[in-house]
Amino acid sequence: MCPSALLSVERLSKRFGAFAALDGLSLELAPGEILGLVGPNGSGKTTAINVISGVYTADSGTIRLEGRPVGNLPIHRRTRLGINRTFQVPKPFKALTVAENLEVAAVHSNAGREDIARHLDLLDLSPLADRQALTLNSAQQKRLDLARAMITRPRLLLVDELGAGLNPAELTRMAQMLQEIARSGVALLVVEHLLGFLRVLTSRVVVMDAGREIFEGSLEAAAKDSRVIDVFFGH
Amino acid sequence: MPRGVWFSVGVVLLFVVLPFVYGNHDLLFSMMMYLVLAQGINVLFGFTGYLPFGYVGFFGAGAYGMSLAILLLHFPPFAALIAGAAAAVLVALVLAPLLRLSGAYFAIASLAASEVLYYVISNPHLTSITQGPYGINLAAVYDSSASYAVMVAVLALALGMVVYLRNSRTGLALQAIREEPVSAGFAGVNVVRERTRAWLMSAALAGLAGGAYAWHVSVFYPKPVFDLNISVFAIVFTLFGGVATLSGPVVGTLLLYGLYNWIGISQPQYFQLVFGVVIVALVLFLPNGLVSLLRRVGANVP
Repeated sequence: MCPSALLSVERLSKRFGAFAALDGLSLELAPGEILGLVGPNGSGKTTAINVISGVYTADSGTIRLEGRPVGNLPIHRRTRLGINRTFQVPKPFKALTVAENLEVAAVHSNAGREDIARHLDLLDLSPLADRQALTLNSAQQKRLDLARAMITRPRLLLVDELGAGLNPAELTRMAQMLQEIARSGVALLVVEHLLGFLRVLTSRVVVMDAGREIFEGSLEAAAKDSRVIDVFFGH
Repeated sequence: MPRGVWFSVGVVLLFVVLPFVYGNHDLLFSMMMYLVLAQGINVLFGFTGYLPFGYVGFFGAGAYGMSLAILLLHFPPFAALIAGAAAAVLVALVLAPLLRLSGAYFAIASLAASEVLYYVISNPHLTSITQGPYGINLAAVYDSSASYAVMVAVLALALGMVVYLRNSRTGLALQAIREEPVSAGFAGVNVVRERTRAWLMSAALAGLAGGAYAWHVSVFYPKPVFDLNISVFAIVFTLFGGVATLSGPVVGTLLLYGLYNWIGISQPQYFQLVFGVVIVALVLFLPNGLVSLLRRVGANVP
């Protein structure tokens, strides 16, 4: 284990019945680093995020945050230790207003009212503050998801398909936001199908197939790697 | 002043004043009882999304907890009332694992649990403890005005609880859990603890209502205090008025229980027809309850 790692995942496995969604995944992430997680559908990327964030418990393997095992903690404890995430399909509190969505996260993570205003501003949500979350479009809900995560002051942010469904202008803006977040020292694990979007964010990726890492390195090298080409395009 | 305080004070005062001008105190008492039960359903369903069809189990536990504290432990009525609430909370603690279920599974499991409780209490083999199927007789402590006053206090507590939830971070956290339990966890909310707390608060209200009811009627059989209709009435009144609001369950109870007493007893067949039509119309046109109509036209309802 690298001593400077913020997140260190070792030999993580998770089965759903006979299907091994994760089969011995290991990875490490340093503060402020952005790591891309790519792979074909069903390769275990979202399961990895779900297990690291606590939505599922791993069958075996360890998850450490700054050396501390967190794999058996409930979600809210991991959140308070600094792990947070966004969802592929955003999950806001639909009947609450945008501001109330952030208020829930603020009061339970000792953030103040001024933090709510700041995060609304940061994610271009201020004009929508009093709207019910269910009235937001998909791109706005994604930003709200991100704001809800950011207000808890995470040190590790797991980002699941944030780019999907965004138009080019929104993608550029979202990439800027994620880069700003990383510059503030937050480590980002980014699951993404849009490789163009990912390329803007990071040079380091882990490619997964069948619950395992099959490649680690730059996105450019991945594109030339025969195993990666195999799983994406077949023989 | 938190929102809804004046509304609550008004409702409580209404039931303080009405006995002086209206003679049917038993009706006023039952009306308060259903107001409390509807707010209890509101605390659980409105704020966390769990619909407890077996809610009457807590009411029955309260009625029996109160009665047995008097008969077996010789508690004075007020202390026995607290014992009734404690009995309901104890049942809720035992049943807390049901909160792992969701939707219809939870509704049915809670119903089954209340039936189990009924069969345990009415079991003839337990006659020496619970009086079994022969029921309870509290004639020795019967006090119609004191029990009425106690129900007024319980009503005030129930309304106060909802005012608190409508204005507090606990209430906001519960609504977040109702909307998206997983996201609530990522907002830092301890989902299991918060919803268990709502479950216990809701059970305590039903237990207090059951205890006050037991004292008020003094003589009762196990069946009527574990009657599924009590759950159904409280649920329908709450949904009719509008959940997660303070005024919704009050409006729903006053109108529908008023309707029930107006035609439900003299002409039960018409009542069932009207009741059925009202429920269907509600589900189709006003799924968020009657007070959502006021909100739609811009009124600021508590």
